[in-house]
Amino acid sequence: MLTKRIIACLDVDGGRVVKGVRFENLRDAGDPAELAKAHSASGADEIVLLDISAAHERRATLLDTVRRAARQLFIPFTVGGGIRTLGDAAAVFSAGADKISINSAALADPTLIKRIAERFGSQAVVVAIDAKRSAETSRWEAFTHGGRAGTGRDAVMWACEAESRGAGEILLTSMDRDGTGIGFDCELTRAIADSVRIPVIASGGAGGAQHFVEVFREGHADAALAASIFHYGFSRLADLKQQLGSQGIPVRWPC
Amino acid sequence: MIAIVDYGAGNLVSVKKALDWLGEDCAITSDPAQVARAKKIVLPGVGHFASTAALGRSGLQEAIADGIGRGVPFLGICVGMQWMFEGSQESPETPGLGALSGDCERFPAKVKSPHVGWNQLDVSPSSRLFRGVASSSFVYFTHSFRAPVTETTVACCEYGGCFSAAVERDQLFGVQFHPEKSGETGLKILGNFCAL
Repeated sequence: MLTKRIIACLDVDGGRVVKGVRFENLRDAGDPAELAKAHSASGADEIVLLDISAAHERRATLLDTVRRAARQLFIPFTVGGGIRTLGDAAAVFSAGADKISINSAALADPTLIKRIAERFGSQAVVVAIDAKRSAETSRWEAFTHGGRAGTGRDAVMWACEAESRGAGEILLTSMDRDGTGIGFDCELTRAIADSVRIPVIASGGAGGAQHFVEVFREGHADAALAASIFHYGFSRLADLKQQLGSQGIPVRWPC
Repeated sequence: MIAIVDYGAGNLVSVKKALDWLGEDCAITSDPAQVARAKKIVLPGVGHFASTAALGRSGLQEAIADGIGRGVPFLGICVGMQWMFEGSQESPETPGLGALSGDCERFPAKVKSPHVGWNQLDVSPSSRLFRGVASSSFVYFTHSFRAPVTETTVACCEYGGCFSAAVERDQLFGVQFHPEKSGETGLKILGNFCAL
């Protein structure tokens, strides 16, 4: 049976992981390459590295970070943050990424999705959507630039357009839930997961194993991502997977 | 030297990286002469079946077929495995190599497509490619079309019905999943191919 994926996310600024990880027995708890390897060893099904550097000069280290992380990583590896052109994407792929994630650049120029997909395949293109519930319409609006800029685009319709333009997966972050620990937005996740045929990765709000169970069962998510998974009271990712398995969620365990 | 055949479809860095990790002498190449000299041939592939038409145009197909004829071990990955069959519904006008009988087909409408993620195998104990790999191991898939189960199938996978996750006949091997992205299990499988 196809399993539900648990994806570990590393937020990186200037080549250093900036939040959300507490590993024992690591020489350097802020090194993305070491953390990616440790997550993989503890049962992550996939690694996402997001470059959140605001300053341009701090982005320069990204390719080196990707190269070092990829060298010892043999599970799917997605890199996002600041990819604006086909050339940016190509450089990240040749550094060892398997997929790229694009958000603001895809909204600004949706043809970018198809151009990257034609060259590297749809499976390599993840479109990230940051969605926020609109008080007036009870729909969700897509935001860009780390959630600072509204687009007026309906998130569900944008997900459908991204699929038709060649996206291979949707990485969906609920801005209302992000960082709250009160659970994923299952309603938002289901609205998008039921509207597209490509996999939907839910993000934002995870606080415990039950939240993962809910987003898979009620949100129809194909995968769930967490940046600070080790703050949730699990000593190891393996413990989360065992709990999910015992509740009947198909997971890759033992791996 | 192991030739990793580059026919312009997708990113071959991951396959090279995994073979490097295993300590194998390997090179990404689009040169038929280099493929002809290789001691083993790996044909990766992502994206559309139609992209395999480039193999015929470039002389790579001839070099691969000649190598297979001489008993050079061959491993097709993903679309590279599908190409070993006669063809695919994805691009009916593009013939496959035809080394294996049957055509690749779409997943049934009852399941989401593409099939993306980690799924479990059911491995035939006699397989050389899976020597030392537990039958119910998990591997990483990403594909929209699937190969039929035939007498050459050595690993099945269940997703909207059974399909061929791996095939094996003499020195001819194919895997629908991505061994270079399937953790320790995948490295073991690649290591088995390299050790042939």
